[in-house]
Amino acid sequence: MTPIPFQRALETHRDDVWRYLRGMVGAQAAEDCFQETFLAALRAYPRLRPDSNVRAWLLTIAHRKAIDHVRRHREVPLSAAPPGASMDAEPSDPAIWSAVAALPPRQRASVLLRYACDLPHREIASALGCSEPAARRSLHEGLKRLRETL
Amino acid sequence: MTDPIHTALRAPVPQAAAASRRLAERIAAEGRADFYYATVASPLGDLLLIASRRGLARLRYPDGDSDSALEELAVRRSPRIIESAAATDPWRREIDEYFAGTRRRFEAPLDWQEITGFRRRVLRATVAVPYGEASDYKSIAGAAGSPAGARAAGNALGANPLPIVIPCHRVLHRDGGLGGYTGGLDRKRVLLALEGAVR
Repeated sequence: MTPIPFQRALETHRDDVWRYLRGMVGAQAAEDCFQETFLAALRAYPRLRPDSNVRAWLLTIAHRKAIDHVRRHREVPLSAAPPGASMDAEPSDPAIWSAVAALPPRQRASVLLRYACDLPHREIASALGCSEPAARRSLHEGLKRLRETL
Repeated sequence: MTDPIHTALRAPVPQAAAASRRLAERIAAEGRADFYYATVASPLGDLLLIASRRGLARLRYPDGDSDSALEELAVRRSPRIIESAAATDPWRREIDEYFAGTRRRFEAPLDWQEITGFRRRVLRATVAVPYGEASDYKSIAGAAGSPAGARAAGNALGANPLPIVIPCHRVLHRDGGLGGYTGGLDRKRVLLALEGAVR
């Protein structure tokens, strides 16, 4: 595969990156994290190996930006935010989005990467920087907790 | 899959398109990409313009697939390519003015980086042909330092990455024939007529 123009990569993957970030940091902070993700990606883009999975690579960067954001704002952890607080302007199923927002960051990330971004388990593990069994475990625990809440 | 969690989390996110536009504007304003592109409407169709920091690098007629020009550039130069009307504004404006008949010379900078050797000499000689006048392949070859190279000059003009702006439409056969043109002879005729050239 030859390198694709960055604009094309942006248009193809912006929805998944946005879904992931709005689930991780809320709609307000999603805009900043979205910009930071794609600016970092733009810088590194010429060095990306041609056979790389661009979507998984972008989501890995988005995950790092989201985790940085969560750490910076630890004083107001999302898990302690009132349901719906960071989920403004959500058109459908606010209950599900607030339940996702209430999960601990790692479970939240694995649920979003799997369900909001349709990423396979192997790539979820690589985005989270853990083993595949550990990623499956986070996903399983996250889902269990979600289903209990809903 | 009718899992309600999956359905809710995969719902459309129209905000992402607006966020991408703001991002592209910021990238252009801060000069973070290597190439910017946009189209400009013209009597010859929507022209694709691609510019680097050095200047205009490609002008494409709408015939082919416009993605191929961007892909080719991504491979040859850099994949850091962003769509931006603002970053391509100087060239879009000059092309508008040219087709409105109020501009006779293009002044915004051109990117000559990939145009080297004999090809560069031929295209430089072509830039020197004034608006509304015509030259011929043999004279251009001579001006490029190779008087016997009319055919090679024709090939170099055929590979002009910047038609209109580098006015290869002003180069004709010495016997009065139109010669060839990247965008098709009909376009060559339109450009010569617009300029009120001899034919």
